[in-house]
Amino acid sequence: MEMKPLTRVLLGLVCLLVAIWLVAPTLVVVPMSFNANKSLAFPPQGFSWQWYQNFATSPDWSTSFLNSLKVASIVAVLATVLGTLAAFGLDRMKARPANLLRMLMLTPMVVPGVVLAIGIYAVYLDTKLVGTLLGFVLAHTILALPFVLIAVSANLEVFDRRLETAAASLGAGALTTFRTVTLPLILPGILSGLLFAFATSFDEIVVSLFITNPYLKTLPVQIFASITRDADPTVAAVGTILLFATTILIGGGMLLLGRERKGRL
Amino acid sequence: MSASEPTSQPAGGRPAGAWKPFALTLPALVLLAAVIGYPLLTIVLRSLSEPEWGVQNYAWFFGAPVNLTVLQRTFTISAWVTLVCIVSAYPYAYLMTAVGPRVRLVLVLCVLIPFWVSGVVRTLSWVILLQDSGVINSLLRSVGFSGVRLIRTQTGVVIGMAQVLLPFMILPLYSVMKGIDLRLMRAAESLGARPSRAFFTVYLPLSLPGVYAGAIIVFILALGFYITPALLGGPRSTMLSTLVQSQVLSLLQWGRGGAMGVVLLAATFLLLALAAPVMRSRHREAGRR
Repeated sequence: MEMKPLTRVLLGLVCLLVAIWLVAPTLVVVPMSFNANKSLAFPPQGFSWQWYQNFATSPDWSTSFLNSLKVASIVAVLATVLGTLAAFGLDRMKARPANLLRMLMLTPMVVPGVVLAIGIYAVYLDTKLVGTLLGFVLAHTILALPFVLIAVSANLEVFDRRLETAAASLGAGALTTFRTVTLPLILPGILSGLLFAFATSFDEIVVSLFITNPYLKTLPVQIFASITRDADPTVAAVGTILLFATTILIGGGMLLLGRERKGRL
Repeated sequence: MSASEPTSQPAGGRPAGAWKPFALTLPALVLLAAVIGYPLLTIVLRSLSEPEWGVQNYAWFFGAPVNLTVLQRTFTISAWVTLVCIVSAYPYAYLMTAVGPRVRLVLVLCVLIPFWVSGVVRTLSWVILLQDSGVINSLLRSVGFSGVRLIRTQTGVVIGMAQVLLPFMILPLYSVMKGIDLRLMRAAESLGARPSRAFFTVYLPLSLPGVYAGAIIVFILALGFYITPALLGGPRSTMLSTLVQSQVLSLLQWGRGGAMGVVLLAATFLLLALAAPVMRSRHREAGRR
């Protein structure tokens, strides 16, 4: 589209503002985390590592961090297995029931968090699952499932099933076909589903706030408690660590992927 | 789509047992029924049975002006968030289609970076940015303006929520705009249309499916927001989710909290149901090009 120079400048300016708006909240925690005072007022004063030390040494923070890692790892595996199986099932079903079931399995994405949370909380109170590892894993798995389903389904849609027939016609059994043909081709979908599932669980807050108790807290619950209680820059330090870790993970992943499919996007 | 080929058979070439694909989905369905279906059913039942059977909790909800104010506010805030998202995502998504691959990568990164940091941490960031001693007010004061009150106001809640939801508007918009044939614009201009007229009569209508898709996702997600309004908002910007939480956790009123939850849930599904046919027909129109 041909644009007048003025339109062009205006468009660029608006988009710059939107980009800042998108990114600023991610970056603002970094300077705050080195604050010398126990305050979240801007600009931060002085420089210190004390909030990072606090994160590493205070049991509240380190335990909740380890809890989150534990829950998210189990959830990632469980949701990926269940989601991949379901994606295969839906792919091999007739279109009408498949669409219906798919919609059903995507409901966790649209049910308002608090409504789901009070429901799960009610059931967990009856079944004594509040504040248990199993309780967290079950709730987070169901929330992570749609992401795995979407990622694997997208991959299955472009997967050419004649390849399986070819393998079978060459004498491969169902399992060998799956292991040597199907799995390698849909692995990118499964891996991104795994990553999404981990991230969903690691980040989940609304349901976690309801099913937590003093014995089992996840990191987001601890962060939420800290924000509502006082202005503790430890939260900023945690945010910075998470930002750093994700950047390394995603940066590494993009480098790997970028080598595979250069020029696309 | 492979699912529509009636002749296709599973690996091994054996005829497909109809139960086999269903069996694969069964574990997920069982978990879904146990962790979503049963809890939601519990909430519906409690809303109708506590303290006694009947619709008293719904009568209470729709009878109290306070609740109706919050219900209305929930919709108003969601509408504002959707509007802000459309207005800011539209030029951004357009720019994504108009630039070279290098700049596009930067623009895509800016959309994805918000997902890199935990959602709760991001809300803390908004507290840091919006508070009276925060970044925005410091900047305003340093250039001579007086500070504005943003934290614990509806404006603050809208700014924070729209930032969280913006990617859900940008991405569908971009995927639709990417498919628009720009030669249509040139054709319109060669037939004498001014650029603005060509935009409003050609480009805008073609991009509307993306606007609809994004708006519906954003509005529905906004209705159920809990954390952002709870941390950025004040008593005058309470949304329905906060009310549900306080009924259940603070007042132990499972019936009333449940009724509110059911209202919120019903609103969500009603919107989805209303949106589905519109989206489908828009989709078809866009496909007819």
